[in-house]
Amino acid sequence: MLRYVLQRFLTAIPTLFIILALSFLLMRIAPGGPFNQEKGLNPIIKANLEKLYRLDQPIWNQFTDYVWNLLHGDFGPSYNLPDFTVAEILSNGLKVSILLGLVALTCALVFGGILGIIAALNQNRSADYAVVATATAGSTIPTFVIAPLFQLIFALGLKWFPVGGWTGGGWKVMVGPVIVLMLPQLAIVARLMRGAMIESLRAHHIRTARAMGLSDFSIIVRHALRSALLPIVSYAGPAAAALVTGSIIVETIFAIPGIGRYFVDAALNRDYTLVMGTVVVIAVFTIVFNLIVDLLYAVLDPRVRYD
Amino acid sequence: MFQATMKKFLAGAAICALMSTAAFAEVVLQRGSAADPESLDPHKTSTTYEADILRDLFTGLMAQDIDAKVIPGAAESYVMSPDGKTYTFKLRADGKWSDGSPVTAQDFVFSWQRVVNSETASEYAYMLAPVVNAEDITAKKMKPEELGVKAIDNLTFEVQLRAPTPYFLEMLTHQATYAVSKANVEANPKDFTKPGKMISNGAYILAEFVPNDHIKLVKNAQFFDAANVKIDAVNYIPNEDRSAAMKRFEAGELDMYGDLPTEQLADLRAKFGDQIKIGPYLGTYYYAFKTTKKPWDNVKLRQAISMAVDRDYLAEKVWGNSMIPSYSFVPPGVAGYEGPKLEYAGMSQLDREDAAKKVLTELGYTPEKPLKMEIRFNTSENHKNVAIAIQSQLKPLGIEVTLLNTDTKTHYGLLEQHGDFDIARAAWIADYKDPENFLALCKTGTGNNYAEYSNKDYDALLAKAAAEADPTARMKDLSDAEAIGVTRDACVVPLLYYSSHNIISPKVKGWNMNVMDSHPTRWMSKE
Repeated sequence: MLRYVLQRFLTAIPTLFIILALSFLLMRIAPGGPFNQEKGLNPIIKANLEKLYRLDQPIWNQFTDYVWNLLHGDFGPSYNLPDFTVAEILSNGLKVSILLGLVALTCALVFGGILGIIAALNQNRSADYAVVATATAGSTIPTFVIAPLFQLIFALGLKWFPVGGWTGGGWKVMVGPVIVLMLPQLAIVARLMRGAMIESLRAHHIRTARAMGLSDFSIIVRHALRSALLPIVSYAGPAAAALVTGSIIVETIFAIPGIGRYFVDAALNRDYTLVMGTVVVIAVFTIVFNLIVDLLYAVLDPRVRYD
Repeated sequence: MFQATMKKFLAGAAICALMSTAAFAEVVLQRGSAADPESLDPHKTSTTYEADILRDLFTGLMAQDIDAKVIPGAAESYVMSPDGKTYTFKLRADGKWSDGSPVTAQDFVFSWQRVVNSETASEYAYMLAPVVNAEDITAKKMKPEELGVKAIDNLTFEVQLRAPTPYFLEMLTHQATYAVSKANVEANPKDFTKPGKMISNGAYILAEFVPNDHIKLVKNAQFFDAANVKIDAVNYIPNEDRSAAMKRFEAGELDMYGDLPTEQLADLRAKFGDQIKIGPYLGTYYYAFKTTKKPWDNVKLRQAISMAVDRDYLAEKVWGNSMIPSYSFVPPGVAGYEGPKLEYAGMSQLDREDAAKKVLTELGYTPEKPLKMEIRFNTSENHKNVAIAIQSQLKPLGIEVTLLNTDTKTHYGLLEQHGDFDIARAAWIADYKDPENFLALCKTGTGNNYAEYSNKDYDALLAKAAAEADPTARMKDLSDAEAIGVTRDACVVPLLYYSSHNIISPKVKGWNMNVMDSHPTRWMSKE
């Protein structure tokens, strides 16, 4: 197992390098630069800025410098937020996004899982239809509709929660963003769980378990659920990577200082170093969560072994 | 018995505590903005979002009152030499940094040399361009020490200007001219803008800065006018989603917000009444032709198209009257300046269309051989709607207009590199109240002269104005220049004047509308 993990980490290095090189190149191919703006700059001042950030160097030198600094843990300065380094911006945002993302993911897995099981056990009955209908609605109504609706009803109408903001992040400010982040995931998890559970309940070993007179609870939780979890686990990996790296819509509407908005803003602002920082973050999370998924497979599925 | 006494004592203590918190309850102002400041280093800013924050944190030699009029700031008085080229500022004896150390003339010398130094790469270095040698220092032709500024003694700061500059005092209220504490910047060159490290001389000091969340400022006890500062703490809260910001305002989470969603203006007016404050703002929304490219090098053609655009429609239908139809490049609101208006300003739209049609026919454009034009603009719902409106307004004239939108960086990247285009959208918001700030955009060779317009008479008039000591004669030169460049030659096609659009809670007092949209918290109070 340990050897497998090590091997995966080693193969991740060239993957990351290719991602870095491609992103760096693509970013530079995009027209315009970090210092093109509505209030156009005098060419002398622009040249001074480019010199300050070493953008006047040949692109190959810029790339090798970037990789060298990155190996030393230096993500570079942000061009558009010069008071902060990219590392500071990312770590500030990640704290918030990881917290929100993990809470939303956990809620989606637990509640979606329970709903899916309920639907599977009541297949083609009213409870099943209710879950399927809710899940379909949940996955089709876009976030930018749910978020303002939540604000209108629960913040402005009922005054239970604040409309937006974070300032330290108490549980009250988290409710809205977590619900909005969770709903689409919950819908997908519920549907996946329902399908997997129905299939799992039809398996031979479940019939055997029933024949042996095991209790319903024991059959569902100990035997059927274990194999039904596999599709959920493979879905949860990439979903987790997406959730903990934030959501631009949720962050913008609820005014939350997460990392999600930088993916779009940094690219639009041609803030090269910040774009590269976000690319590194999402690549690392994707690689790590995929590894976790593969390891969980070995735990859940007796047929998978990495030794 | 003991328990009863204890209870009474605790109850009494609780009441006392409550009363004292009520008496000393902190007055906190929640100021919403559309975005975070780019930087809290006054010399490294470039957007409008940091202006009010930096006005709260720092005080320049001159400051602005509640109506954005220039009043003494860190300098209590000044003397201008008879030729208008030397200013001697007397700093306040009670002027202090937030750590208690005095604000000295040496701090200003250090700061101004820092602004123009090429290594600082200050985007607003041109704010000090009137100072002797400033531009040569920024261009690395001279050393920062050669800047025309001098500390005569601790409290006397002398500035040498290249030419009399009537708007010089006005420029001293801009953040790029503020002083930073020399001792502090030298001790913390990298992080003097961070909470706990920043030392400032304004009404407030920096307490917290979490990007995309909030900036908290608290009252500066060392500020010379601290006794009259009524708000104890200010939170600047960025809200990119303007509709969500309106909900936060309604819920009382924000006391004010400076960037209303203009597309909802009619509804907002109905809902919030006079809490909505729309006023003139020194900015112009314009289109520029590439005057070096055929057929746009033809002045008559440029004028015909400019004439055919229905600006009233744009202001009313596209912008919900949050913009004003514009017939000059320099917006109204600059004292002493009476600029020329486009000739057809007084004509009806129908007459203008007829006149434009005539010109097009004269130039040989017919339905069989139509004029083709591409409008380039940067991505934004409103810019798109303006372009679509102009497209349909020009259609009856037989002009085939196509639209091309690109993101802001691509758009301005192309314009600045003088790439190929027909007509493109741009805008200018004044840095200081002076026509020169706008008219320089049509000067030969200026970076922002996207039209690449070049006219010797125009350049000569601007140069003459720059050397003119008499303010009235100077304004006349500038007005003559606008008459040539804008009115006659359409170096730009002014479409709309910007306006400021704020929403202010009735609880907030001491907020006055002004053309610079400048609102220091120093003058405000909250009930």
